[in-house]
Amino acid sequence: MNIATPPEKLSVKDYASDQEVRWCPGCGDYAIVRAMQKTMADIQAPPEKTVFISGIGCAARFPYYMATFGFHTIHGRAASVATGTKLANPDLDIWVISGDGDSLSIGGNHLMHVLRRNVNLQYILFNNEIYGLTKGQYSPTSKVGTKSPSTPLGSLDKPVSATLYALGCGARFVARGIDAQAKHLPEVFKRAHEHKGASFVEVFQNCIVYNDGVYDHFTAKNVAADKQIQVQHGLPLIFGSDANKGLRLKPGKIELDVVTINEDGVTEADILVHDETNKVLATLLAQMEAPNFPVAIGVLFCDPAETYETAVNDQLESQKRQNQNPSVNELIRSGATWTVD
Amino acid sequence: MDGSAPLTLENAIREEVDDVVVRFAGDSGDGIQITGGQFTLTTALAGNDLSTFPDFPAEIRAPQGTTFGVSAFQIHFGSREIRTAGDAPDVLVALNPAALQVNVSDLNKGGLIIVDEGAFTDRNLKKAGYTTNPLEDNALDGFRLIAVDITKNTLEAVKEFGLSQKEAVRCKNMYSLGLVYWLYGRDREPTISWLNAKFGKRLEIANSNIAAVNAGHALGETIEASGETTSYTIAPAEIKAGLYRTITGIEAISYGLVAGANKAHLKMTFAGYPITPASAILHTLSKLKQFDIITFQAEDEIAAVCAALGGSYAGTIGVTASSGPGIALKTEAIGLAISVELPLVIINVQRAGPSTGMPTKTEQSDLNQAVFGRNADSPLVVISASTPSDNFEVAIESIRLATKYMTPVMLLTDGYLANASEPWKIPNVDEIAEFPVKFLNNSDNFSPTTRDPKTLARNWPIPGTPNLEHRIGGIEKSYDTGNISYDSSNHQKMTDVRKNKIDGIANDIPLQEITRGDKKGDIAVVGWGSTFGPITRAVQKVRSNGHNVSHIHIRHIWPLPRNLETVLNEFKVIIVVEMNTGQLITLLRSQFLIDAKGLNKVSGQPFKVSEIEADILKAVKGLIS
Repeated sequence: MNIATPPEKLSVKDYASDQEVRWCPGCGDYAIVRAMQKTMADIQAPPEKTVFISGIGCAARFPYYMATFGFHTIHGRAASVATGTKLANPDLDIWVISGDGDSLSIGGNHLMHVLRRNVNLQYILFNNEIYGLTKGQYSPTSKVGTKSPSTPLGSLDKPVSATLYALGCGARFVARGIDAQAKHLPEVFKRAHEHKGASFVEVFQNCIVYNDGVYDHFTAKNVAADKQIQVQHGLPLIFGSDANKGLRLKPGKIELDVVTINEDGVTEADILVHDETNKVLATLLAQMEAPNFPVAIGVLFCDPAETYETAVNDQLESQKRQNQNPSVNELIRSGATWTVD
Repeated sequence: MDGSAPLTLENAIREEVDDVVVRFAGDSGDGIQITGGQFTLTTALAGNDLSTFPDFPAEIRAPQGTTFGVSAFQIHFGSREIRTAGDAPDVLVALNPAALQVNVSDLNKGGLIIVDEGAFTDRNLKKAGYTTNPLEDNALDGFRLIAVDITKNTLEAVKEFGLSQKEAVRCKNMYSLGLVYWLYGRDREPTISWLNAKFGKRLEIANSNIAAVNAGHALGETIEASGETTSYTIAPAEIKAGLYRTITGIEAISYGLVAGANKAHLKMTFAGYPITPASAILHTLSKLKQFDIITFQAEDEIAAVCAALGGSYAGTIGVTASSGPGIALKTEAIGLAISVELPLVIINVQRAGPSTGMPTKTEQSDLNQAVFGRNADSPLVVISASTPSDNFEVAIESIRLATKYMTPVMLLTDGYLANASEPWKIPNVDEIAEFPVKFLNNSDNFSPTTRDPKTLARNWPIPGTPNLEHRIGGIEKSYDTGNISYDSSNHQKMTDVRKNKIDGIANDIPLQEITRGDKKGDIAVVGWGSTFGPITRAVQKVRSNGHNVSHIHIRHIWPLPRNLETVLNEFKVIIVVEMNTGQLITLLRSQFLIDAKGLNKVSGQPFKVSEIEADILKAVKGLIS
């Protein structure tokens, strides 16, 4: 419960609810909830106008730990509930919290539609490539060959890329973050919040029990600099522990190439500059996978357009202007009527 | 073109009848539903009571001339109270051989058949499955027949307006309408005005259709003069004074929702997904946004109910509508609404099932789904509509109960009620009691599960209200704090309170009354939903023959009226009439341990009065012997 008279400035702690957090010790979700509480404090989110809506899964417990409004719904459907809530009250600031199974398996349809409609909300997908709450089955983002209780001989179906899916669905804001990046993640969340429209953020989240270390190949401290690229609008796509690697287009092809500056005649001028309004570039960045490419982190795509609830409410308001003070009595008397004496 | 041709022979040889059933039938592209709609309006204006039943194929444009592409519209009208669309037509208008083939067996003996002779070509006959022309052999013996080349006559009548051949042929429905107008001495003026208004921008189309109506009517006068066919007159019915209109079930539900939200002082969030026969509610409400209605066509049935629930969470009244298969998909979210105790109205326009079943055919087989069709102990309110216009009141009542008790309410209507129309004495909505919703805004000792001790409804704290931040969800919650709780005694307590809350609504709904007949007697015929019409007429008929039979119509399916058991126990025999294999009867038996007999029909068609009458008479005989 929130305190009766809020202090002038809310601190990180003020956004934490009084509920005991029940994730496994060491779960990446702890870091994400902290990053979110920090984000809230940074933007001074009004708790009464902030709503966290989740589906089912480990991630979906998230709203209970935020001292805001929260609605823990059913598996895969958070986006639909959130759409109705946002349409009914566009003043609310809505965050959908979901996982890879919730968003891309049972709720794949709703994710598609909330993105293409461009409902103004933040959609945070915690991707741990596993079903945690049901004890470790492989998920739609698990790599082929993942051994799990339901796939003891290894999974056979190819994974979906959350970010490519979002881009394909017409999302106007697509970003990526990593659970343990305590400084970077709130910045991604803030960008998502600033964006008017559906903001999609994939957070690589470590499941310490069922899929521990699944992202180590690009998140471990000793490889992070060489295996990640933090993209920023207007800056060259450079990475590496020596900051001398970069991305450029392969001559004559629409294909990215990892090059080393000052080698083979490559200069910094050859390196692509990140343009987050360019969907083709965003798609190329989202496609990059280890071991040949670094994993792109940050805001891959941001290209605002009119939001759905604005358009819906504009239509409603225009109808109201054209039919002021409508009367139910008049409505039911419209059309052909007759009087019986 | 002369819309005011004198009806010279009027009353001279017209035979007076009490009630008549007319069925218009033709290809699905023939404009049969429009013809029926016009005949309905004119009949209502003539002061008759009436009831209609449109019966159209599932295919939008089935191959022309085929039996499965036949569209029909039946109207029953008379000088007495009319409660059903009629058991069997007295008049059949068949615009092609397929329409005759499909409908002729339903016709009353000695009934009148009007056919478009011009459509009885070899090709059309073959498509309709005729090996010989029924107009030429003895297939229609026992019926009276008016065979006219309607197509040719229509083309002739509209020639001067220069329509394309295709457009000109389309006027033949108006020609047949004109002919039937003559048959019953109907005024053509309302249809002429309607045509002028509808096609005002294309004068040649308006004029052609008007010419077709007049030509059809003129043909009737010619026949009349020849003395070959009798025409009829039907006196106005005794109808309560007031302002009337015709209304379909879909319109009544939609307007009822608007009125209900208005009475609750709430905005509405209506979310639906296209499904026959419920989509028309979404269509209707989409045109009424000025009443603060958000309409949302969702990506699927699940999203629709979830968005409606999201709308309720935000402080509007969330409403969704579908039919059986769609309701099945919504089930989990309805369970969530029960668990988080938010108001929600779910409309089920029932249709023949299981699975896809027969989407355009009616049935009332989702009672079990409504009352019991969820995982766990998850009670909600179930209300049913009895006639097309009754949907208006039931929709208002649904919103009242949903908001007062913070519960989902399932409104059961059906394909017949949705599409059928009847005259409706338009109420003054100012006379309907208001039930304004109060959101919680006081944060003292706040818990989202604090209840009204009387109704057991929890409070309604909506997002946006300072100091009421809280979390709700589908996980079991503490009775006291609303926080997640796996405590065993708490789950018992919460399950009990959810049940008691719904059970308690029995104190807030009307006591069960006897719909027709005595409070005590030999036989009670019990029904719910759209069987109201045929049951009440059948009971009226057997009572007029001196049998001690009463009609009990149940509107509130769950909770049941609190005196229902006592009411039922006053009768020796209870017959439960349902368009399913026995769902209400199971409920009544399980609740009251009463013996009851079922009369069940699942043909996709409403009960005929005669079917119910026969069953009652069988029971009467059983009592005597």
